[in-house]
Amino acid sequence: MANKGELLLEMNKVAKRFGGAIALKGTDLKIRAGEIHALLGENGAGKSTMLKILAGVHDNDGGTIKLGSKDFLTGSPQQSIAQGIAVIYQEPSLFLDLSLAENVFIGRQPKKGAVIDWKFAQTESARLFKELGVELDPKRQARGLSIADQQVVEIAKALSMNANIILMDEPTAALSASEVERLMTVMKSLKAANKAVIFVSHRLDEVFAISDYITVMRDGATVSENPVGDTNLQKVIKDMVGRELTDLFPKTEHKIGEVVLEVNDLTNPAYFRNISFKVKKGEIVALAGLVGSGRSEVARAIFGIDKYESGAVKVKGEILPAGSPVLAMKRKIAFIPEDRRQQGLFMVAGVNRNISMESFDSLTDRGLINFKKEKSLTDIWRDKLSIKFVNQADPVDRLSGGNQQKTVLAKWLATDPDLLIVDEPTRGIDVATKAEVHRLVDKAAGEGKAVLMISSELPEVLGMADRIIVMREGRQVAELSRAEATQEKIIAAATTGKKSA
Amino acid sequence: MSKFLKLSALPRSWDTAILGLLAMVLILASTTTEGFLTSLNFSYIFSNTSEITIMAFAMTFLIITGEIDLSIASILALGSSMLGWSYQKGAPIWLAIIICLVVGTVCGFINGFLVTKVGLGSLAVTIGTLALYRGIANGILGENTVNEFPEAYTSFGFDTFGTSFMPKTMPLIIFFGLLFGFLLHRTPFGRRTLAIGQSPEAARFAGINVVRHKIIVFTFTGFMSGVAGVIYTFRFSTAQADNGVGLELLVISAILLGGVSIFGGVGTMWGVVAGVLLAGSVESWLTLREINAQWRTIVTGILLLISVAAPVLVAKGKERREHKALKS
Repeated sequence: MANKGELLLEMNKVAKRFGGAIALKGTDLKIRAGEIHALLGENGAGKSTMLKILAGVHDNDGGTIKLGSKDFLTGSPQQSIAQGIAVIYQEPSLFLDLSLAENVFIGRQPKKGAVIDWKFAQTESARLFKELGVELDPKRQARGLSIADQQVVEIAKALSMNANIILMDEPTAALSASEVERLMTVMKSLKAANKAVIFVSHRLDEVFAISDYITVMRDGATVSENPVGDTNLQKVIKDMVGRELTDLFPKTEHKIGEVVLEVNDLTNPAYFRNISFKVKKGEIVALAGLVGSGRSEVARAIFGIDKYESGAVKVKGEILPAGSPVLAMKRKIAFIPEDRRQQGLFMVAGVNRNISMESFDSLTDRGLINFKKEKSLTDIWRDKLSIKFVNQADPVDRLSGGNQQKTVLAKWLATDPDLLIVDEPTRGIDVATKAEVHRLVDKAAGEGKAVLMISSELPEVLGMADRIIVMREGRQVAELSRAEATQEKIIAAATTGKKSA
Repeated sequence: MSKFLKLSALPRSWDTAILGLLAMVLILASTTTEGFLTSLNFSYIFSNTSEITIMAFAMTFLIITGEIDLSIASILALGSSMLGWSYQKGAPIWLAIIICLVVGTVCGFINGFLVTKVGLGSLAVTIGTLALYRGIANGILGENTVNEFPEAYTSFGFDTFGTSFMPKTMPLIIFFGLLFGFLLHRTPFGRRTLAIGQSPEAARFAGINVVRHKIIVFTFTGFMSGVAGVIYTFRFSTAQADNGVGLELLVISAILLGGVSIFGGVGTMWGVVAGVLLAGSVESWLTLREINAQWRTIVTGILLLISVAAPVLVAKGKERREHKALKS
């Protein structure tokens, strides 16, 4: 067991290139035992490459990596594990039908003679969970566990293999606020046990809440490395983007017009009950609440992806029939779903084909698609949203997360909607692109569109919305104006259902 | 061969590679085999593949959406049997033809309805209707065959324009080829077909009515099987219940050979046309060289395996090369 503060890992001028592309050009990183170390940077800064080198997925082609006094041996994931390095990915890959104990000891089941010693596996798993400060029954099935608890099982697995450096790649991206709490408890337990934790996150508030050290990367190199006390949010953002990012939430005041969307008593007993609200022209209304509180389901019901049992949706005063995205589109609703890879885009199709998908009416001559018009439509939106790609026909799969999200936005903004519904518009994209997306949403409101925004990031909700509707367990528990809303009030309403904290 | 594999290393270029392969086969066959490069032989190739081509045009859409219809040859037979039966019972020939087309359309619609509205897998449904439709055809004609058709019609199915290589059915096939080619590559309907195959979930979020779209595609696949039924009946001057047994596999083979992905979402109409012609040319070449039927089937099977495996192997090779580039 390492002593607190002992240097566990030292990376010096580590370089890596993929063919002609330079992913890392001289990255330094020092990790000590008993430390939570945040690794920050925009998409493409080289964080993932660095993690992958440590995980044994890639070799480095320059620089040195030392584990304590020994050289780190790159080569295979197995070798990394043997050297005490474990990686926890954003989406855990447990065997859902097996018990937690079986998952912890998968592939190395403890044996007593010729048979598997389940008793030992169970008591050992229970001990590890306890050490991590989480109560989980080793005998229960993995199915039905929250993502956060699945991550805990992965961490327990890592500990059972004597890992002392734990890498976490965006562990909180898919977690709700309460789950993030739980994961943070676990990270603190790891720290107390003198393990080192390296984690990547785009949620800067969390980073400042939990880490001891912050290393910022940009363009494949380390820009700064500071104890958390010696830096601040403004400085970190500046290091990440290479310039002062003056305004992450460029909200401007708009003229609020007539009601565009009116939701009356909308009920789908499985997900939400008695939801009523209005969104006006030029207004941004946020649906806040924990993941699973029914926010996305309300949006899906409005757009007609799912049906609802009772209540009504009116667009500009007229009833919108339930269950038909086709009709919703005709009434000028645009819906940007939370999962851009599964729901928002056709990943193997070209950028141009994704952008043109909803605009055939203006692209066809006598029923045939005019490729010239399609090309110029793509050009227009590339320029408007500064989407970065090489060829129009490049599959969107090759674009970065931020550019993918802009492509989804382009596809729907091209329909010139009256109502824009955006579900988690900035999930998993870097801070500079986040600001761009916020600017685009704000601009849409400025052009007189009504905007309904769903977000798990409170700073985003507070920074962008004119009005905030808080949901808890499928019910509408509070409505706050921009002036009265605070982080505390929203959390209180979302977790306890009471309006004031 | 290695050069040809390199050609296909470009992403999604199997359909162009198959054009190269087709050209190669045509050149080799013409130079090595007497009687291959004659207008008579080409008229055989074209008329032998006419039903396959007609059905492949529509089935391409179905496979691109991620579905399949194994009952098309049975639809052809049921349509053909209805045509023969109604003509025998005294219906005018034009009415008998319309009956055949309507039967095809209805059969296709039933497939689509069962797959989408009832939510059964298309493989299961169409294995069922494969037996069902053929069974009904048997019920109508039994062991009987009808082969007294007006000469003008059988000549349409069998003859060529003068002594040229063009069968009289050719203009009809070209018409449908252009129609479905434009439909797939130039219309919103075609784009939606590809989109559904690429991601049914994203298609729903894009406001595409996936159920309706699939029913339409199943229905026109049925209609085109009816058209194939008419041509088959007149080409062989025979309406009987076991017409076209096993044709569905030739159609699917030709489509996959033409670069359409069995997983959906990818495919081109020119690739499919090249696939059909390639299969037809190889068949004709082997026949002219008096290679027996078993061997011809084996060659067709190998071609099909290559067409399914090649895109995957090419992708893997590319990955390996990239990996090597990383290491060096």
